[in-house]
Amino acid sequence: MLVFLLRRIAAGVVLVVVVATATFLLLSLTGTDVARNILGESASPAQVSAKAHELGLDQPLVVRYGHWIDRAVHGDLGQSWFTGDSVNQSLANTLPITLSIVLVGMLIALVLSIVLGTVAALRGGWVDRVVQFAAVLGTAIPSFLIALVLAVVMAVQLGLLPATGYVALGTSPSGWLQSVILPAVALAVAATAATAMQVRGALIDVLRADFVRTLRSRGLNTRSVVYRHALRNAAPPALTVLALQFIGLIGGAVVVEKVFGLPGIGTLANSAAVRGDSPVLLGTVVVTVTVVVAVNLLLDIAYGWLNPKVRVS
Amino acid sequence: MTVPETAAIPKRDRLLRRTLRDPVAVACLVILALVILASLAAPLLTDYAPDHSVLSDTLAPVSGAHPLGGDGVGRDVLSRLLYGGRTSLLGGTLAALVAFLVGGPLGLVSGFYRGWFDAAAGWIINVIMAVPAIIVMLVVMAALSQDLNVAMIVLGVIMAPMVFRLIRASVVSVREELYVDAARVSGLGDPRIMRRHILPVVVAPSVIQATQLFAVAIGIQAGLSFLGLGKASQASWGAMLNDGFTNVYTEPTLLVWPGLAMAVTILAASLLGNAVRDALGTTETRVVRRRRPGPRKTAAGGPSPSDRLLTVEGLRISYPKPGRSGGSDGSDGDKIVVDGVSLTVERGEVLGLVGESGSGKSQTAFAVLGLLPNEAEVTADQMSFTGKELLGVSQAALNALRGRGIGYVPQEPMSNLDPCFRIGSQLVEPMRKHLGISRSEARTKALELLARVGIPDPERVFKSYPHQVSGGMAQRVLIAGAVSCDPHLLIADEPTTALDVTVQAEVLDLMRSLQQEREMGMILVTHDFGVVADICDRVAVMQTGRIVETAPVEKIFASPEHAYTRMLLDSTLEGGPARAALGAPLKEVTS
Amino acid sequence: MTAGPAAPTPLLELEDVVVEYPGKGRRAKPFRVLHGVSLSIAPGETLGLVGESGSGKTTLGRAVLGLAPVTGGSIRYAGKPVSGLGKRERRALSKDVQVVFQDPFTSLNPAMTVMDILTEPMLVTGVSRTDAERRVQTLLDQVYLPHDAAQRLPREFSGGQRQRIAIARALCRDPKLIVCDEPVSALDLSTQARVLDLFIEIQEATGVAYLFVTHDLSVVRHISHRVAVLYRGDIVETGHAAQVTEHPEHAYTKRLLLAAPVPDPQRQAQRRAERLRLARERDAS
Repeated sequence: MLVFLLRRIAAGVVLVVVVATATFLLLSLTGTDVARNILGESASPAQVSAKAHELGLDQPLVVRYGHWIDRAVHGDLGQSWFTGDSVNQSLANTLPITLSIVLVGMLIALVLSIVLGTVAALRGGWVDRVVQFAAVLGTAIPSFLIALVLAVVMAVQLGLLPATGYVALGTSPSGWLQSVILPAVALAVAATAATAMQVRGALIDVLRADFVRTLRSRGLNTRSVVYRHALRNAAPPALTVLALQFIGLIGGAVVVEKVFGLPGIGTLANSAAVRGDSPVLLGTVVVTVTVVVAVNLLLDIAYGWLNPKVRVS
Repeated sequence: MTVPETAAIPKRDRLLRRTLRDPVAVACLVILALVILASLAAPLLTDYAPDHSVLSDTLAPVSGAHPLGGDGVGRDVLSRLLYGGRTSLLGGTLAALVAFLVGGPLGLVSGFYRGWFDAAAGWIINVIMAVPAIIVMLVVMAALSQDLNVAMIVLGVIMAPMVFRLIRASVVSVREELYVDAARVSGLGDPRIMRRHILPVVVAPSVIQATQLFAVAIGIQAGLSFLGLGKASQASWGAMLNDGFTNVYTEPTLLVWPGLAMAVTILAASLLGNAVRDALGTTETRVVRRRRPGPRKTAAGGPSPSDRLLTVEGLRISYPKPGRSGGSDGSDGDKIVVDGVSLTVERGEVLGLVGESGSGKSQTAFAVLGLLPNEAEVTADQMSFTGKELLGVSQAALNALRGRGIGYVPQEPMSNLDPCFRIGSQLVEPMRKHLGISRSEARTKALELLARVGIPDPERVFKSYPHQVSGGMAQRVLIAGAVSCDPHLLIADEPTTALDVTVQAEVLDLMRSLQQEREMGMILVTHDFGVVADICDRVAVMQTGRIVETAPVEKIFASPEHAYTRMLLDSTLEGGPARAALGAPLKEVTS
Repeated sequence: MTAGPAAPTPLLELEDVVVEYPGKGRRAKPFRVLHGVSLSIAPGETLGLVGESGSGKTTLGRAVLGLAPVTGGSIRYAGKPVSGLGKRERRALSKDVQVVFQDPFTSLNPAMTVMDILTEPMLVTGVSRTDAERRVQTLLDQVYLPHDAAQRLPREFSGGQRQRIAIARALCRDPKLIVCDEPVSALDLSTQARVLDLFIEIQEATGVAYLFVTHDLSVVRHISHRVAVLYRGDIVETGHAAQVTEHPEHAYTKRLLLAAPVPDPQRQAQRRAERLRLARERDAS
């Protein structure tokens, strides 16, 4: 198990480096003159080349990359080309907001998908059909459209919850919850739908398995057979789907943050992308991938814990 | 011994016809066709250019000139909606197309040849999938181009892993099929095997996924333009949503049109995919809850003799759908799988229930245990265990009996243990329930049982997971579980069929000794007359749902009465002459 | 061990064949299934290959078919080596060496009609469709299936009938050798006997040789001229069918023989006593 974990961590580190490198190269391909963009049309050619020198843009790609990776390894992701702000600081300010809505969304998806999937699998009939239909809708509709509807109906029209803004958890837990609940729900819909279908399918398969019949032949009651044995067996494949959904959740957060006016990583990445602020964009990619790797690692551990074939071997 | 019917893959033309019979699918197709038509005919339907802005038309109300009004910067909403449709449809198509062009061939080659190519492709795929698509799109649009169509082509590459995974998984599963091996042995080359045997299997899931990718791409494209990316000259639903959102307090209807258009298009595409899936029949059959009718007549047979464990009279089992339990000849329409079976088991007696696949022998056994699928309809004149009625009683009453009064030994050892729980806990749980003993008492008893069934290291097996023990070992564990609560009757369904012949002999020895030492009654379901001769006292021969003959074991073998029994016994090869050596005189028989 | 008097030029010859599957993980040791197996089959002969699960009997059949990785020794067909052939040469061999698999449900493509299944191997060799379809009628006669079977899908047939279709497919290019991998073990008792008789009838009519892989001693005794017993990747005994199944020499063969229950209560009781006696002796020593 320890070897397994260490290997997963090593693979995760390699992944982050590869993605960072690919992003770096991609952003270097930009044909536009960055220094000119920063200084504006009125700047003289001398000013522009001075700015380019200041940013190190006159150096060869390899040198620039080496420089960046050297600093990144030491925990420094550089400064914004446009504002000069530390990328680390910007990320530290925005990451908690994104994590709040994404993790609350994951939690909602986890709980709801188990409940809905189990109910659909056990009840069958029209309940099953309704859940299945809702799941098709839920997976198809993009999260930001749901966010728009939620924002307009719940916040703008009914005024039940704040439409925009973020309250830190430390400042006011209830304020925090109010500010993250709508975006989290919007994000959770697709993940819930996809995972619920997985839970449903896996549970139906497990309930047909030979060992379930044998457990019943031993006189165990339905509660123990379904909730102790069957659900436990259905959990690993559901977890795999949830891990994939997490990546979608982070992506969805980029747009959903804009709807609710949350200054999260997505907003940071978006403004950096619009301006062409490579260091900031690069920083957001590195942090996002790291979060994905970390969460996948946690889910891997949970998977191994649930699946004895991985744990004991 | 019954080989399960493989799910048949309908041919492609039949799939199309079945899809078109679904009204939802037809509705989706019509909606998509309308959206496509409206977008294509945009120049005919509106006179305004989508990016033509007139200051006085800012937030213009609905009028003849502007059927849907004007937007926040004075552009015609209808025109933007129609031209935006072009952007969305083109973008969705581009992305799905590129995803398939990239992911399809790669998945095909990866799944078919495996090896280093597969490993390398899998690694790259994992890298791509670890990054949220929309973040990659931000980077790409910042670096390369603000053109939404270029962005959608890149999105296609990002979504290619999903196609890759799907195609690879289907190819890998087909590749393992014996008919692909057979084709290879027949001399078919790889390209031909791909075309004839692999591609047809991949087509249907690909259609489903294409609709999903199309829908996802439209959503992501809209998300990007909602964020303000993309060229201002490209009208898009996402940009309209953005405009509507900035004016949400003054003119919320601006949100409605693009939102509706997008939702309808995306839903039509994914519901269409869903309908194709339904037509494929890959969704699981729905579990039908059916009230199990009680006995037709209650215990007319009077009080049973004291040594009588089990009495079954006139047992009848049928299924609402034809061909569910499958006669071996695959004939449809015959729903009755057990038809008027009567049998008894005395204390300490081993009854063999013999028959070929589809004879209903296992169904009969499961009926006694109350373990038939929910859709089975069971009736009987009488079915009682030591005087207690078995039919039409509550689950709780059955649960009190199962394990405690009647034990069950299944056929396939490995699939009958819960893979997620240690063997020990699976033995302890029923004992604690039935015998009301403490965890440590149950543990002691379980270890004794494991030793009793001939497991050399009970402590280790107690702590093991099922995948850590061999098949013969697992079958011993299952036998230990079956007798753990001291049942009076043991029902064993082909308990040795999945085992090697040397292990089978040991397991039969074990079952015989347990049966004798505990004076259990036993029903042994089997197709093997050797097993019958080894362990049974009495034999009931079943043919297509009926018992044709019941007799003591010596009599069955010495003087079978029914023609079917004789036919079965004649079919056994044992005792016949061995084949003569090649080139030996034809008539000579070595004995 | 008495090897059977194989004809002067064996049709198939295996010499010290080793099959290894690469281990899981990069540094894991390869998993050796066959440890140097030698045997030969004469034209028109049936060699029965008996063994329990994990003995490598199915792998041996797959090695002959080119479906398992042969990492040592040699397989010769009609005197020419065939292991390690390129795909093209291997395909040329497919005219002569054919297969019938155990599971009649997955060995036929469920989406193809019987006609398509049977004509496919002929069409790849450039036989015209008309000729191929005419041949199908002869093949269906040969395996006692009705002519209208050609237009139907595999799922419309029972296990025994499907196995007849699989036999017809193996026969369609007049092979010299058919590898039969447990072809009757998924079938019901009565069907099993009829399919076995069909195998013998076809052999007598066409002179095809069989490598007949099975776990069932009574089946192997019924159909084989000679029998080879495989135990954990090694052949422990070879000989005429009657000799091996009645007077086995190797201890494992004896154990195997006594373990198989016979359909006669008195004789089975004797065998059981004999088996338990042997087991006690083995434990004592």
